[in-house]
Amino acid sequence: MSKISFTLNGQPKTLSIDDTTPLLWVIRDYFGLTGTKYSCGMGICGSCTVHINGQPKRSCRMTVSEVAGKDVLTIEGLGVKGLHPVQQAWVEEEVAQCGYCQSGQIMTAVALLNDVPDPTDEEIIQAMNGVLCRCGSYQRIRKAIHKAAEEVK
Amino acid sequence: MSTSTHHLSRREFIKLGSGSTVALILGINWTLAKGKDVEKAPTLFSPNAYLSISNNDSITVVMPRSEMGQKIYTALPMILAEELEADWNKIKVVQGDLNQIFGSQTTGGSASIRTQYDRLRRAGATAKTMLVQAAAQEWSINPNDCWAAEGFVYNKVNKQKLSYGSLVGIAASLPVPKDVVLKNPQEFRIIGKAYKSLDGLAKIDGSLKYGYDFKVPNMLTAVVARIPRYGNTLKDFDSSDALKIPGVKKVASISSGVAVIAEDTYSAIQGRKKLKLNWNSGPFDELDSKTISLRLHEALKQKGTILKQDGNVDAAKIASSQTWDLTFEVPYLDHAPQEPNNCTAYIHEGVCEVWAPTQSPGNAFWGAKLITGFKDEQIKIHTLRIGGGFGRRLQKDYVEDAVEVALHMDQPVKVVRMRSEDIKNGFYRPASVHQVSVGVDSDGIPTYWEHHISGPSNDSSSIFTGGAENLAYAIPNQKISYVMTDLPVPIGAWRSVGNTQTAYVNECVIDVIARRTKQDPVVLRKNLLKDHPRHLGVLNLAAKKANWGSELPENHARGVAVHYSFQSYVAIVAEVSKTLKGKIKVEKITAVIDCGTVINPDGVHAQVEGGVVMALTAALHGEITILDGQVKQSNFHNYPLLTMAEMPEISTHIVKSTEAPTGAGEPPVPPTTPALMNAIAALTGNRITKLPLKDQLN
Repeated sequence: MSKISFTLNGQPKTLSIDDTTPLLWVIRDYFGLTGTKYSCGMGICGSCTVHINGQPKRSCRMTVSEVAGKDVLTIEGLGVKGLHPVQQAWVEEEVAQCGYCQSGQIMTAVALLNDVPDPTDEEIIQAMNGVLCRCGSYQRIRKAIHKAAEEVK
Repeated sequence: MSTSTHHLSRREFIKLGSGSTVALILGINWTLAKGKDVEKAPTLFSPNAYLSISNNDSITVVMPRSEMGQKIYTALPMILAEELEADWNKIKVVQGDLNQIFGSQTTGGSASIRTQYDRLRRAGATAKTMLVQAAAQEWSINPNDCWAAEGFVYNKVNKQKLSYGSLVGIAASLPVPKDVVLKNPQEFRIIGKAYKSLDGLAKIDGSLKYGYDFKVPNMLTAVVARIPRYGNTLKDFDSSDALKIPGVKKVASISSGVAVIAEDTYSAIQGRKKLKLNWNSGPFDELDSKTISLRLHEALKQKGTILKQDGNVDAAKIASSQTWDLTFEVPYLDHAPQEPNNCTAYIHEGVCEVWAPTQSPGNAFWGAKLITGFKDEQIKIHTLRIGGGFGRRLQKDYVEDAVEVALHMDQPVKVVRMRSEDIKNGFYRPASVHQVSVGVDSDGIPTYWEHHISGPSNDSSSIFTGGAENLAYAIPNQKISYVMTDLPVPIGAWRSVGNTQTAYVNECVIDVIARRTKQDPVVLRKNLLKDHPRHLGVLNLAAKKANWGSELPENHARGVAVHYSFQSYVAIVAEVSKTLKGKIKVEKITAVIDCGTVINPDGVHAQVEGGVVMALTAALHGEITILDGQVKQSNFHNYPLLTMAEMPEISTHIVKSTEAPTGAGEPPVPPTTPALMNAIAALTGNRITKLPLKDQLN
């Protein structure tokens, strides 16, 4: 058991916990933020993607000790002052089908646009390729990212 | 069309008493309750189980089916709101729990819209009729001098208006009419328009709760180490190390394995890793996919059961100028929804309460009953949001796990599956082998069609033969038959069920005939589909939209397929290319669907896109294999899903129709695979007869 502190969606948090616990379960079970999803548990599908100091990371493959002193942003912390342009584009393009993977898709897309404000299709594919969607919403994801990029410009 | 309106009978009202809370609140027919102890004017008007209107104008629509990405959460209320003349912004949707009043609540067979259309229209029209009557009473005018629009009743005489909410008191006191007049479809203002999902925001801000996210106070979380091999049983286990994990509360053996019950998910996972498990071996420990394939091929030597026999296939074969014999084989497939299976159960005060992301609350009910032995009224099933279903959630295995674990505890328990368990414990799309013999006369006109199918034993052969007997082509002599082989691998309905296999076979065989007789694949199909206007409708539109016959860049080719399933018609044109390294790339899919009257066109487009992706995933990569009596695949690295890089451009088109609405979830899947394989044959000359494609051409 270790005492670990980090920032979660702008709020300082401290907890005593087995420091090997994956960040995913800390976010979901300790803080009750269930927008970050478990799907593969191996860092393959990206449904659990969050931002650590602004970078997209798979929370199922990261222990809570690795985020000590860092900023963690989950889907719940995105767009608290009104929808983020990526979320807005997602709504307009009706991207989500079941929606289960979409937090991970959106967090990955937001990080992409932070780095590359107006990405090409190739850049979108490169960033998004490892985020799986069983419902098959990829075409709309690509379109929504372009739309959000227009909005951010 | 029947004109009777379904409202609660007295008997149904009594039944409802043992049903869900939601239905108790919303399903009350105030006309029945009248004269009992209703003294105050009610603040809710609920003429049937599907809706209630509150005195603040809000309208609650009860969704009796399960939402798993097919967007009925929006489409079903659209149907009701149309006839109710409701203000769409006032609509709220609640999930209807298991309740006999709704009839079957199984979500499958692309049937939600098809089966609920008439009921929801009548439910909406009944409420509107009563609200108009209430307003007429208030104004002391003839109801014919009123009309309803956007949540108000208008007075033709004095131009006044009353909101629905202000009329609930009077409306609730009126008798429910037996006959109501439905709108002329030409007057539809909601049905047929692209509406945004009512739960669209909840899906993008993390607030939507799926089964995996479900929580009740005092709840524990459990994982089950399931029996790994088919036919094995638990010999013994040592839980001492597992119980040393601080959060682990209990380890218990259940029918499907050993459950570790903990305060949180990670403790349960850790506890499970510490279990020492020994299994008794069984009769299938040596079973592998090779053996299964051999057995399925071997079984084709049996005559089997005849599904369809027209004319004389044997005589036609002798008389044909050319004949071809082909064998196709398809593997087991897992549904692999993004949300792994899970279920929460709580057994308290003689009640078994279940919260399940299920496509079949009825089946969940039977699972709970089977495990507890409780009476019907002691079991409560709550349907939760599903993170992808595709048929997997029709099963009750994960419900049974949860109920059995809950029997060991005095607290509610959520039993979750890890991905590897979810993939390894599937109810798979069955593997099957298809032997086809066809022939043509000297003009290249097909003379006979013989299709003999070998698949795993099941209550119904349609799980692997479905669609085979519906061959629409005008071929005079036909014989369709099947054989079954006992295999221990569980099977179940997988998006479009038997059609996934039979459309692949049928549409590839027609293509073989076209290619071998030098006929255009679209023209040959058209010639053989003269009596099937809706098949022709989708085929012609797909050919047009895909510019069939127009020139393509070098190393590109097109393939086509058309198939009818679940009362809808879909044609697909696939365009593929070959990279310099010889790898096949799917460039473009043109999809055309005829699903009758369309409720929400954007929802149909999304279902077509999703169906195409699911089919491409299976055609290119999908394969569950068996080794040493267990499933070899464990996660998305060895059961890969299509990625964005592999994603073709998908262009979808809907045939305009005034026919009754059907469904869109499954029908796009079956023709996608053969269209792709026909394009590959056109490009490379290779006929792929065994799925998946994987690296067969490299």
